[in-house]
Amino acid sequence: MELQDIMREENKVYSKPVLLDEVHMHYCPGCSHGVVHKLVAEVLDEMGLAEKTVGVSPVGCAVFAYNYIDVDWVEAAHGRAPAVATAISRLWPDNVVFTYQGDGDMAAIGTAETIHAANRGENIVMIFVNNAIYGMTGGQMAPTTLVGQKTATTPYGRRIDLNGHPLEITNLLAPLAGTCYVTRQAVHTPAAVRKTKAAIKKAFENALAKRGTSVVEVVSTCNSGWKMSPEAANNWMTEHMFKEYPLGDLKNQ
Amino acid sequence: MKEEVRLMKGNEAIAHAAIRYGCDGYFGYPITPQSEVLETLEALMPWETTGMVVLQAESEVAAINMVYGGAASGKAVMTSSSSPGISLKQEGISYMAGASLPALILNVMRGGPGLGTIQPSQADYFQATKGGGHGDYHLIVLAPATVQEMVDFVALGFDLSFKYLTPAMILADGIVGQMMEKVVLPEPRPRRTEEEIRKQCPWAADGRKGLRKRNVVTSLELESSRMEEINHRLQATYRQIQENETRWEEIDVEGADYLIVAFGSIARICTKAKEIAEEKGIKVGIIRPITLWPFPTEAINRAAQGKKGILCVELNAGQMIEDVRLAVHDAIPVEHFGRLGGIIPSPQEVADALEVKLSNKK
Repeated sequence: MELQDIMREENKVYSKPVLLDEVHMHYCPGCSHGVVHKLVAEVLDEMGLAEKTVGVSPVGCAVFAYNYIDVDWVEAAHGRAPAVATAISRLWPDNVVFTYQGDGDMAAIGTAETIHAANRGENIVMIFVNNAIYGMTGGQMAPTTLVGQKTATTPYGRRIDLNGHPLEITNLLAPLAGTCYVTRQAVHTPAAVRKTKAAIKKAFENALAKRGTSVVEVVSTCNSGWKMSPEAANNWMTEHMFKEYPLGDLKNQ
Repeated sequence: MKEEVRLMKGNEAIAHAAIRYGCDGYFGYPITPQSEVLETLEALMPWETTGMVVLQAESEVAAINMVYGGAASGKAVMTSSSSPGISLKQEGISYMAGASLPALILNVMRGGPGLGTIQPSQADYFQATKGGGHGDYHLIVLAPATVQEMVDFVALGFDLSFKYLTPAMILADGIVGQMMEKVVLPEPRPRRTEEEIRKQCPWAADGRKGLRKRNVVTSLELESSRMEEINHRLQATYRQIQENETRWEEIDVEGADYLIVAFGSIARICTKAKEIAEEKGIKVGIIRPITLWPFPTEAINRAAQGKKGILCVELNAGQMIEDVRLAVHDAIPVEHFGRLGGIIPSPQEVADALEVKLSNKK
């Protein structure tokens, strides 16, 4: 059988999500953002939410998320995405609003907005990509950087006495009465990707049903920032990141 | 509800005016001397009547970013604060200017710098009129002198900000925020429907209804030639605003020997000071800038022709005076009189200052 005979519409088992644009992403090869973007687009496709979704992009590597996922977007100031999303969600209650944030955005400069939006139980989805580093600005320490991890601003490794401890922001959000679903996932294996997709779907279902705030943390790699090959970055994440940030649901109501 | 005559504080009047304008959302954080805006809105519960959203945010920073989000989705949204809180909002205001978003911001000024005082001041003139946040931008700045103008400028501020797609600020002071006056509240108008919003704001991020091309609201552009274009577009808008929207009030400018230039509630003290001066035979005209940006440069230059001097009366150490001196090219003496730290001068003090600094000066 020739290849052309196999590549027919009726044999198709997988295709690119409609809402994922046909453009080159600016993300580095090996970065987790591309996979997470694809999952968000896929879920929005499958749930038929293209006409009622507004995304709020952060400051950080995902600032240009609006160039890749075909829904309406507002680009927020650093850390303020949950406040921006709060207003859009309240003013357009029939719409579904999600933020897409990194660790610096969500757990450093935006800690107050993150906690208070979740505590109010805003009907929004927060997608939190935790790669333990500031990617966009060139690999500086993030609130989630591991102890001992070398970054541009911790060149000899993060020290507790100098830099404090890694902040597990998701663990802080789970006990809040306003959150209905808080989960930590990853996208390093096909099985993990499928789990993350299910988590993102559940989060958007919660927003539609107005159950409160859903948080999907995706423990991710930043192979450029970590100065590793994509494969080595995946291994390093599995070995070190998952100890600090174990995968699984922290809250599922 | 129809047009209604009431006695109320300027801050309360702002809340009533917002609801009656058809405002979609208010996001604020308590700070003296303007907390009555949020308190009045919470007590009036407009979400039960017009559907207006009212939310006490976790900070001024969060509140202005809620305004940014609401404005980005096409809604008529506002916030209010006082000087230290307005400083915190500057990043968000700059983002709104950069993204060409309409919004209304009220600053009920108190004395600074720092935590300062809670008494009235006009020390945020520079901040309000010269940009305030980072980048090349201007706000439309309206300076109310009466509680009635507090009400009127809610509609004017929103209308101008939607017309030119740029944020507008009501720059009030603690006097006009806190004092009670008779006020005519306008007949309420309904909030725009979602269809009307989509028609008026085809750029808004409100969900791709009908699967239209996606809207992205951002102030980011890494390609510098495109960023320059965006800046030129903003500047063109500012020039239009300068041409069309400059507002001021003139009192007895013709035939006067001296001019007082004052804005906000202090301009009212100056009308009494003018009477005191005139009892001594000093003929005084008053120009009250109503828009502080755009500043009535031409009007002041015109009015200054043939005058012996100008006294700028401000509750600060001399801020608007810079724009007045530019307006008249320093062709005649321009002096400043102001009290600081929350002190309000008496009309006699202003009249005395006019004599000492200008009319008696050899």
